[in-house]
Amino acid sequence: MLLDSYINLSYLIGAIAFVWGLRLLASPDTARRGNIWAAIGMTIAIIATLIKPISGGSNNYLWIVIGIIAGGSFGWMAAKRIKMTAMPQMVSVFNGLGGACAAVLAMAELIKYYDGAVPLQIGQLGIVLFALLIGSVSFTGSMLAFGKLEGLIKDKNVILPKHNVINIVLLIATLVLAIWLLIQGTTAGLVIASVFLILALIYGFSFVAPIGGADMPVVISLLNSFTGLSAAAAGLIYNNQIMLVGGILVGAAGTILTVLMCQAMNRSLVNVIIGGFGSAGPAKASEDGDQIVKEATVNDAAIQLFYANSVMFVPGYGLAVAQAQKVVKELDDLLEANGVDVKYAIHPVAGRMPGHMNVLLAEADVPYPKLLDLEDANAALKETDTVVIVGANDVVNPAALDEPGSPIYGMPVLEVWKAKNTIVLKRSMSPGYAGIANPLFFHDNNRMLFGDAKDSLQKVVQEVKTM
Amino acid sequence: METILQFFNEQLIMIYLLLFTIILGFEVISKVPTILHTPLMSGANAISGVVIIGAILLIRQADSTDYVSLILGTLAVVLGTVNVVGGFAVTDRMLEMFKKKKK
Repeated sequence: MLLDSYINLSYLIGAIAFVWGLRLLASPDTARRGNIWAAIGMTIAIIATLIKPISGGSNNYLWIVIGIIAGGSFGWMAAKRIKMTAMPQMVSVFNGLGGACAAVLAMAELIKYYDGAVPLQIGQLGIVLFALLIGSVSFTGSMLAFGKLEGLIKDKNVILPKHNVINIVLLIATLVLAIWLLIQGTTAGLVIASVFLILALIYGFSFVAPIGGADMPVVISLLNSFTGLSAAAAGLIYNNQIMLVGGILVGAAGTILTVLMCQAMNRSLVNVIIGGFGSAGPAKASEDGDQIVKEATVNDAAIQLFYANSVMFVPGYGLAVAQAQKVVKELDDLLEANGVDVKYAIHPVAGRMPGHMNVLLAEADVPYPKLLDLEDANAALKETDTVVIVGANDVVNPAALDEPGSPIYGMPVLEVWKAKNTIVLKRSMSPGYAGIANPLFFHDNNRMLFGDAKDSLQKVVQEVKTM
Repeated sequence: METILQFFNEQLIMIYLLLFTIILGFEVISKVPTILHTPLMSGANAISGVVIIGAILLIRQADSTDYVSLILGTLAVVLGTVNVVGGFAVTDRMLEMFKKKKK
């Protein structure tokens, strides 16, 4: 009995560590400590669970130790080896495995239930089914997100005709089956429950299939919140408070991030899920034929940057692809040494993960006060001499403001055209991920510097060095 | 209806906890600046690995011959540990970079 109280106290301390850790994550100076606090909380909770007195059962510690060693070493190695640019994929995989864990637990519970070993009230059964549904959706959804981000799966290969209708039908079928399972109780049997599991797994995959490109950060964040909710539901199954608290905190975090990102794009979550961005089709690709693009040479670009008073970099997903963050920093240092004021404009949905660009630039040692968010950047852009757009496209598209027909109309963008000059680093004239033409490229004070971003920037660095 | 009410009464404390944690979660997290969104998501993701506790309980409560529970439980422990260890380690790597200050 005494030990039991200590266990409960440990869970309480663990839960407080989670909350405190998340709080410390709110400031760059304390964020690392926050993460460590949360990890300590988790360790306390796991140790408490290992020594908690239980009635019945035969502990089976060997199985647990094998599982922890296998999972722990795999997780550790994956986390240490992954490249910084592949971070969104990694987070997505970890998240999917958490969802799978909750789904497996729910399935184990259902097997016992249909065996007649463990009776469940309708409310409890509902929670088990909820954990199974959300955990499965999070698992297959995250795995597909990983495949897409890693470039293993092309969007067009997984999008079916009338995909939104298929998704709605699938969702309704899954929910109807869940209700039927609830009403039937034990008579339904494990086979039907397995059908429910399979439907949930398919729905997770199908739900993420039409979402792509700039919407990936939103969906990763949403799946993150799903995993949290499935963990919380598992907490209700095991009547364990710290699982509930941990899961709900994650659910709340994921929900807030999702909402913030949707707001940043000025779109509703439903619109994101339906995949309006990717599938709306090219709005006006043909009209650009007679417009003229002005090309810049490496030398032009170097001169423009060297003699500017202020320079603003606008990084996008292309920066991550080209791994150009270190060259950008090198150019930044060179320009700063020559008295140029260098800043970075970070659009909230640049990249494939919320804050993706911040992480990449931090990796290259760019001090975070140099990073401006959307509002500050737009205020500063009016006074900026030269803007260098590195692998960004949709987030600097003026069509979002003045073309009501454009699929991204209404999304707040970085108003780079208000600066004196812009230089766009781009591989070719092809439109961005969303397939939307960008009128910025044809503006009078814009120059295009074609080629791989890293390559072009290296040449610019060489050129600036000779000045 | 009666069973639902009964369930509600039995789980009253958990339901209180659920509601207050939602409010607390929103309060704590809405203060995080954009620049830390990725580490926050990654750190929160690691915390969602708390589901591993259920996996450990499942194995410990199982009979030593109940192989279905043992195998499913071990699978869940592996999945959960990857999520926890990998999640915290990757978040730490990201945050390590934020620590470096301007020279």
